[in-house]
Amino acid sequence: MEQSNNLQEQIEMVMHLADNSLIMGHRLSEWTGHGPALEQDIALTNIALDLIGQARLFYQHAAHLLQMQDDKNCLTEDDLAYLRDAPEFKNFLLVELPNNDWGNTILKTFFFSCWQYFYYKSLLNSADEQLVAIAEKSLKEIAYHVRWSSEWVIRLGDGTPESHDKMQHAVWRLWPYTGELTADKPELLECWRQKVIEVFTEATFSTEEKAYMHKGGKQGIHTEHLGYLLAEMQFLQRAYPGCTW
Amino acid sequence: METLKNKISIAEAWSVLQTVKDPEIPVLSIVDLGIVRAVKFEDESDKIEVVITPTYSGCPAMDVISMSIRMEFMNKGYTSIKISQQLSPPWTTDWMTDEGKQKLKEYGIAPPVNKVLDSQHLQNLCVPCPQCNSYDTHLVSEFGSTACKALFQCDDCKEPFDYFKCH
Repeated sequence: MEQSNNLQEQIEMVMHLADNSLIMGHRLSEWTGHGPALEQDIALTNIALDLIGQARLFYQHAAHLLQMQDDKNCLTEDDLAYLRDAPEFKNFLLVELPNNDWGNTILKTFFFSCWQYFYYKSLLNSADEQLVAIAEKSLKEIAYHVRWSSEWVIRLGDGTPESHDKMQHAVWRLWPYTGELTADKPELLECWRQKVIEVFTEATFSTEEKAYMHKGGKQGIHTEHLGYLLAEMQFLQRAYPGCTW
Repeated sequence: METLKNKISIAEAWSVLQTVKDPEIPVLSIVDLGIVRAVKFEDESDKIEVVITPTYSGCPAMDVISMSIRMEFMNKGYTSIKISQQLSPPWTTDWMTDEGKQKLKEYGIAPPVNKVLDSQHLQNLCVPCPQCNSYDTHLVSEFGSTACKALFQCDDCKEPFDYFKCH
């Protein structure tokens, strides 16, 4: 009984990681063809591709674990990504929020990449070998995402009055969604905060100490934005079940 | 038409793999790239197993590469093959062969310079221009035309070029 509980928890954790990467990756992919400069358009597209690739690895692993739990279960990575509805998604609210302007997208990427960096480092000690392999692989990519987004937070924050002002609004807007990132793993909060403070200091921002923190993503209680995202992302499989090309 | 063969030696299998090219960088074989991790017989049977590893998690070339491997073996008359993916240890540019690096340069892509992850110091890196060999180059964007490349420009010959990131 205990073993089956552990497996269930394991599946939920892997699905949570998969959902985070997929939804964040999908959001960033919305910038494809719309970036402010070609190089930055390519950068975001590359990051989106890394995240969607990570999501695939997690979904494949989750499908394997689901089959271990019940050998009649033959769900695939595609079923998990394309055929679940919003309440079944367990991603953080932060990743489903609309991109808004460039600064807001950068800040969201920065908060999320820093969380991924420290969380995946902690996964390296997992007993699940496949999870360790995915984390190890992803960390190499995430190191680039953290660096690229940090540089942009600093460039915009310490830039012109207008870029600073837009970034400041993004900080106010997104900060209340950061509490959820470390709510279940308080030991990561300090590392995450230190990295954010280090970059914020250079970018001339301060952290919002007393903000109200939204939560619910991990319980499947989402903002209204997720449904619209899924409607677009899942359209093809919903309209033409089993379609391939 | 060639008759279907069942048996293949490991050495023959490697030489078949030498003919499978990376779809994005057609001068490089997947062996040069270092993404073939093992070639073995599956559980003592006649079925050959090729173990490959992705360069980046989201590398869209992986599916094409798997298919090309299968096609190449089939062209040579071998049908009993299995392709599996392995993530750990994660792929690194250290596994790229010297011959592969030379081919990259001739193709106009600067090969990886260091042995460690570039993410810490990409901006301070001296990457020689693959066209004129000048070291007077600068980073344009750390993300390039594919996930594995960064974009540089030469300040001598002014040519922009791709750099294969250390990873």
